[in-house]
Amino acid sequence: MEEKRIDNVQLLLIGGSAGSLEVILEVLPNLPTNLSIPVVIILHRKNFNDLLLIDLLSIKLSLPVKEAEEKEMIRPGIVYIAPADYHLLVEKDKTFSLDDSERVNYSRPSIDVTFESAADVYGPTILALLLSGASADGTEGLKAVKQNGGVCVVQDPAWAEVGYMPQQAIRHVAIDKVVNNNELKELVRSLKKE
Amino acid sequence: MMELQPGGIRDEEVDILLDDLLSLYGYDFTNYSRASLKRRIANLFTIDRFPSFAEFRYRLRMDHEYLLRFVQQVTVNVTEMFRDPPFYKTLRTEILPLLAARPVIRIWHAGCSTGEEVFSVAILLKEAGLLHKSLLYATDLNPGVLEKLRRGIFPMAQMRQYSENYNASGGKSDLSKYYTAQYDWAKFDESLSARMIVSTHNLVSDSSFNEFQLIICRNVLIYFDKELQNKVLNLFDQSLETLGFLALGSKETLKFSSIAPMYKQLENREKIWRKKE
Repeated sequence: MEEKRIDNVQLLLIGGSAGSLEVILEVLPNLPTNLSIPVVIILHRKNFNDLLLIDLLSIKLSLPVKEAEEKEMIRPGIVYIAPADYHLLVEKDKTFSLDDSERVNYSRPSIDVTFESAADVYGPTILALLLSGASADGTEGLKAVKQNGGVCVVQDPAWAEVGYMPQQAIRHVAIDKVVNNNELKELVRSLKKE
Repeated sequence: MMELQPGGIRDEEVDILLDDLLSLYGYDFTNYSRASLKRRIANLFTIDRFPSFAEFRYRLRMDHEYLLRFVQQVTVNVTEMFRDPPFYKTLRTEILPLLAARPVIRIWHAGCSTGEEVFSVAILLKEAGLLHKSLLYATDLNPGVLEKLRRGIFPMAQMRQYSENYNASGGKSDLSKYYTAQYDWAKFDESLSARMIVSTHNLVSDSSFNEFQLIICRNVLIYFDKELQNKVLNLFDQSLETLGFLALGSKETLKFSSIAPMYKQLENREKIWRKKE
């Protein structure tokens, strides 16, 4: 992956399911403290308290972490978490909107829904990251990111606690890079700073 | 396998369909949140296997039956009984006791979809001994979902989840007391629906039609842009008595709207606001 494409990135999307929270907590502390792009995390979780999740990330990261709110402007340097039980979408004016429609891939929030709608707005300036999981969610979303010229990176299934989700993506999408956890840290460290 | 991609429909094509809907039928979706609407239109286009956008548009323009399908599919009609149990607990313990002294209790469920929340509130009223003097106005823009509400029959498969929600909301007996199981369906007691007044009403274009002590509109405003949200909140304000209550969905707020100064949120931070004197 050329440096140039990483320099172009205006939005980091992260999708994760079973076994991904540990990776997020391990990798994201490497984000630059003066990061100049927003980060949006779509995490499947069952009955895991949202406030607890935000607290957990806030402790580990020096960047502000918050739940994405409907109609909120997407601002650089902030780590947004998709709220439980809603799909999170991105509007053309770079605000969030929420949707409580049917589950997609048995999930709400669904990674596909956010990735697809973000791809529609941010086009080639997206870096999308798919992590560990037992779900098929994320594959269609990465397809959309790819079609719109964005960069797709997945966690090496061998390194993932549950390899199914990244495996599905690798099988169906021309992934730009498959990374282990150390390479993932390098990657987030290299993201654009102020 | 069918692929569902929002790329199937372009933004300009969404605009064309929305113009048609407004000029031909008076349905105004122009102030709906566009990302969700576009996704649902693209899904419908794929599911109904139209060979081209032109044929999709033609069908929508010419076929009234298809119009009804379109409106029902592009609006979100997902709902459940006793969703967010702490919300219902608050209705039970804090709101209903304040309404109990009224000779008649008028409640408006705006955008009620298939009515699971209307039945939930009817059960609360029954358990509080207030149902006999209550009127539950249930409105939605889709005639199809209201038909389901009128029948009061919901899938049996969901009853286990609904029972858990009911219990968590402080339910006094067992949810199964209120329905009769018929194969895969649960038919709710007619004493509950006897107090419901069901009608189509479009929040975008229709006006206030009564005065209420409680208006419940949950997970509807999230589909509207800020301008339309504000307009609808003003409609609710016109339809709410002084000291009446307005209840919204768990991610919705009236904080940034023009009616905010006239309202006070409950102390427990549930999404319920009271109109000030």
